[in-house]
Amino acid sequence: MTEKTIEIIEEEIIEEFSLFDSWDDKYEYIIDLGKKLPVLPSVHKIDENRVRGCQSTVWLVAERKADRVYYQADSDSVIVKGLISMLIRVLSGQRADDIIEAKLGFIQAIGMTTHLAQTRSNGLVAMVKQMKSYAMAFKLMDKSSG
Amino acid sequence: MNTDSTVLKHSTLQRKSIDVAAVRKQFPVLTREVKGHPLVYFDNAATTQKPAEVIHGLINYYSHTNANIHRGIHTLAEEATAAYEATRHLVMHFLNASSIEEIVFTRGVTESVNLVAYSWGRQQIKEGDEIIISTMEHHSNIVPWQILCEEKGAVLKVIPINDAGELLLEEYEKLLSSNTRLVSIVHVSNALGTVNPVKQIIEKAHKHGALVLVDGAQSAAHIPIDVQDLDADFFTFSGHKIYGPTGIGVLYGKKAILESMPPFQGGGEMIREVRFEKTTYNDLPYKFEAGTPNIADTVALRDAIHFIEHYGKENIAAWEDELLLYATEKLQAIPGLKIIGEAREKISLVSFVIDGIHPQDIGIMLDNRGIAVRTGHHCTQPLMNRFGIPGTIRASFAIYNTKEEIDSMIVALENAIRKLS
Ligand SMILES: Cc1ncc(COP(=O)(O)O)c(C=O)c1O
Repeated sequence: MTEKTIEIIEEEIIEEFSLFDSWDDKYEYIIDLGKKLPVLPSVHKIDENRVRGCQSTVWLVAERKADRVYYQADSDSVIVKGLISMLIRVLSGQRADDIIEAKLGFIQAIGMTTHLAQTRSNGLVAMVKQMKSYAMAFKLMDKSSG
Repeated sequence: MNTDSTVLKHSTLQRKSIDVAAVRKQFPVLTREVKGHPLVYFDNAATTQKPAEVIHGLINYYSHTNANIHRGIHTLAEEATAAYEATRHLVMHFLNASSIEEIVFTRGVTESVNLVAYSWGRQQIKEGDEIIISTMEHHSNIVPWQILCEEKGAVLKVIPINDAGELLLEEYEKLLSSNTRLVSIVHVSNALGTVNPVKQIIEKAHKHGALVLVDGAQSAAHIPIDVQDLDADFFTFSGHKIYGPTGIGVLYGKKAILESMPPFQGGGEMIREVRFEKTTYNDLPYKFEAGTPNIADTVALRDAIHFIEHYGKENIAAWEDELLLYATEKLQAIPGLKIIGEAREKISLVSFVIDGIHPQDIGIMLDNRGIAVRTGHHCTQPLMNRFGIPGTIRASFAIYNTKEEIDSMIVALENAIRKLS
């Protein structure tokens, strides 16, 4: 279970990125993260888990343990996998409420806003939205059951 | 190597070689940097950059002339009308149309195709009629026909292609019948670079009494167009792909056909007389130009055509062929790289995929070095499905591109592949 808050993890990522001075280096790091992201079991690679609005294919699954939400994801693009890996590092294992509220300022701080703007080209916005909507769904389930 | 024949063909023509360094000076955007690198712009099939002439054309129009056209009797209105109509004249020559009534201004190819589908199609197409397109059409030459066919109970037929990305003409002939009403075909494929034998396609369609629309989005900047020689019934291109402004394009239609067609949109400009009992419509081409048109961009389109004519399409095409040949050779030497589209007649662009690497990742890595290419399905999803791929990486060339830029792309590409594999 994670002890670090979303903000603290974001700060860590921003600091790691401050070491790079070229775009090539930043992306080399992202590619590396992408390669290290655990493979999503193929049973999860189904249409229902696909995130719409991406040029590449992205699958995202979420589960809840106690009051925390955990994510797993995969993509056929290594760079997208690297971006996902960072989102998972920040959001996976956090409380639903915190995920819903997360501002995710690190994306801008590390210079990845172009990807936010080009929603259609790599779907970072679509992914964040999907992660938040899972958190929202878990929260609503809690409300209706309790 | 399929491009050899094209290159040889062009080099046998008497041609002037282009001073590319001088050409580049006319394009302000080419001096900028992207992510700390000089911009290499290889996304010309999506839209070309604009020469200073065109940019000044827009500024001049708004600074000295701006007025609404065809209405006012004041000096500005007359000058604006004259400038607008001067472009129509120039376009008529550019396409070798026989009269200015055959030149309709639209927003571009997409609007032109929709105009024909809506006006001609709604009037002419009945249940059981057939419209033929091809596997390599851009979505803008697929979807309007699907909408029409669905509405009318007509049938859309598709000409297949071979693995090189060439139309199977024997299959085309089999699709033609007395039910065929229209063949709507791309002149040059934006995803493969294939040049289709449109003259032959038109001749065959006419034998069956069908009309032909040619999508010239990717040909107008590269191939001399003679609509009379082609005997095309409709031909369309977009200004922004021929060094002109966005938001302006042309639909050529044979006069007799345009005359028989009902209006596309109703409003000002397109009417002769409006009464509540009955409205009569204006003459060609104004019948199809409802409302205040895109005057400024139309005026500047003239500067774009002047730019092309100054250098000559044959000369521009010869240079682009040289670039294509050079790029193709360099790309083919990269292990794991496969070129998609190896037609014998091919111009101005090269599409490729790389084993085990997503095209988008390559696009991002090239952008990090200031190199603009297009990745994805290029609005030709059925074509990508035909090749069993989600998309390609496409480098498309224009008059201002250089071999040094291709070298930069190759270096960046090798770097990207090394990092991504
Ligand atoms: C072959 C082809 N047809 C049609 C179009 C659509 O042109 P526009 O978006 O200018 O209407 C394009 C543009 O990408 C194209 O390449």
